[in-house]
Amino acid sequence: MREGAFSKKASRFCMYAFLIFASFISVFPLYWAFISACNNTQQILGGRMIPSTHLIENLTNLFAQQDVWRAMKNSFATTLLQVVLSLAVSSIAGYGFEIYHDKYKDRVMSILMLAMMVPFVAVLVPLFQMFSKVGLLNTWVGFFLPSLSTPFLIMYFRNSARTFPKDTIEAARIDGLNEFQIFIKMFIPMMKPTYASAATITFMNAWNSYLWPKVIMQTPDATTMPMLVSNLMSGYVIDYGVVMAGVTLCSLPTVIIFFILQKSFTNGVAGAVK
Amino acid sequence: MTNATPAPKKKHRFWTMERKQSAAGWAFLTPATLMIFVFSFYPMVQAFLTSLKRGLPTALTYSDPLWRNYQRMLKDTVFTQSVANTMTYLIIQVPIMLVLAVIFATLLNNKDLKFRGLFRTCIFLPCATGLVAYSMIFRTLFTYDGMVNALLMNIGILSEPINWLNDPFYAKVVIIVGLVWRWTGYNMIFYLSGMQSIDYSIYEAARIDGANQFRQLVNITIPLLKPIILVTAIMSTNGTLQLFDESVNLTRGGPANMTITMSHYIYNTMFTKNPNFGYAAAMSFVILIMVAVLSAIQTKVGDKR
Repeated sequence: MREGAFSKKASRFCMYAFLIFASFISVFPLYWAFISACNNTQQILGGRMIPSTHLIENLTNLFAQQDVWRAMKNSFATTLLQVVLSLAVSSIAGYGFEIYHDKYKDRVMSILMLAMMVPFVAVLVPLFQMFSKVGLLNTWVGFFLPSLSTPFLIMYFRNSARTFPKDTIEAARIDGLNEFQIFIKMFIPMMKPTYASAATITFMNAWNSYLWPKVIMQTPDATTMPMLVSNLMSGYVIDYGVVMAGVTLCSLPTVIIFFILQKSFTNGVAGAVK
Repeated sequence: MTNATPAPKKKHRFWTMERKQSAAGWAFLTPATLMIFVFSFYPMVQAFLTSLKRGLPTALTYSDPLWRNYQRMLKDTVFTQSVANTMTYLIIQVPIMLVLAVIFATLLNNKDLKFRGLFRTCIFLPCATGLVAYSMIFRTLFTYDGMVNALLMNIGILSEPINWLNDPFYAKVVIIVGLVWRWTGYNMIFYLSGMQSIDYSIYEAARIDGANQFRQLVNITIPLLKPIILVTAIMSTNGTLQLFDESVNLTRGGPANMTITMSHYIYNTMFTKNPNFGYAAAMSFVILIMVAVLSAIQTKVGDKR
């Protein structure tokens, strides 16, 4: 028995050691980027693990080299617009597919699900041609229009509409609300957690999107934060302090949201399989 | 496009309650449905048509023979290299990541574990980092005179620095390490959420029967999680075939295209060299077919077991 107890203790120790190691590896790069924003190139390459005093200097250089405010404005505007519009369009569709479902609507839904399998890069060329033809290059609308309606979000809201009680709908109809009012006044308030999750995950995706913005936002005026960060390493002499300051500014919004809305984010990620 | 039109609404004399409600349903789902047809299905057809064309972006004409762009791919060494690179990432990175994710999820599903929430938050945190941002971080960490080399030399693992980003082999290693770092926690969340629907008493019973953690994993968790594992495998495959941000920002596709991904090469074909939209569309259509075929295979294999 004593041997058993010992090996149990040993395996428990290994498990904790493994988890601590994995957690350290997971957190380290981000931690290091944030503290490196306070260090200069020499300290960063040397592997300094604690912040020094160069934060102001790095930020000043960053703002002098790049129009950070403009990129921030573009990123926040496109991301917030995408979150609001995407939730509006997709949630009412998911609601429509579930609450009023019949065999035709179910068939349309299963066709839409096929779009999940269409890689974005496969439609890149035609979308670019389409958007340049109608003058949407370098516009906020051009940024978010292709990803407003996604099969994932529709399915997510459709699944949550399944839990929306039929009695509530009937009662609301008797009270004289029309179908649209039921959606606005009953469904949305009741499904706040679903909206929070969908908003979190859409925010993350939109804020970090890179391929499509790089294709469609071609002028400096239309640069977004990930593109700005990407440009920081293009010179011959790289100021790593400035790069890390840019990385930090670009990551802060998503990291803050991650910590405030972690539960919503987790539910949103896992929502695809529920 | 023709499929987009919902079932025909016949004109009846009476707008019954039921018809009214059904019509409301159609009205609610139409905007989103139209958008998916306009921004996904229609461009997919267009991509195929464009892939049969050649010439400047402003003057595309059908090529002769029609499959000319597809013929060109076979002889294009950069393209074949990009396919080889992408498949390397897929075959090595996805299994490592999914196995790690299952292990983490199993460990964190243990209700007796202390600091579960903290561990979960830590391992999930990389998902809060943008792809460009983490590419920049890894590029800095792995640069020749950077901290990874300094660290490995300090603790005596290396006697001289590795040129991580300029060596065909090590550059791929860095990309794979980056991808595993970024996405393992993401997949873990799927498994943890799936495990919540597994009755915890099954594990307790197994433990009383003397099944160790490994046995529990193989005999209980994996069979019950199979549908979710399938979903994550398909999603990861889909994502890996479209890798772009890491190739562009972490290794710049280099050295000498040895890490370039298919999407990166398609982008280059569209924008940095003489733009060739027909050829880019043909290559992107190949990705579409690869995604479809690989998902079909995975679904088949997943169903059988």
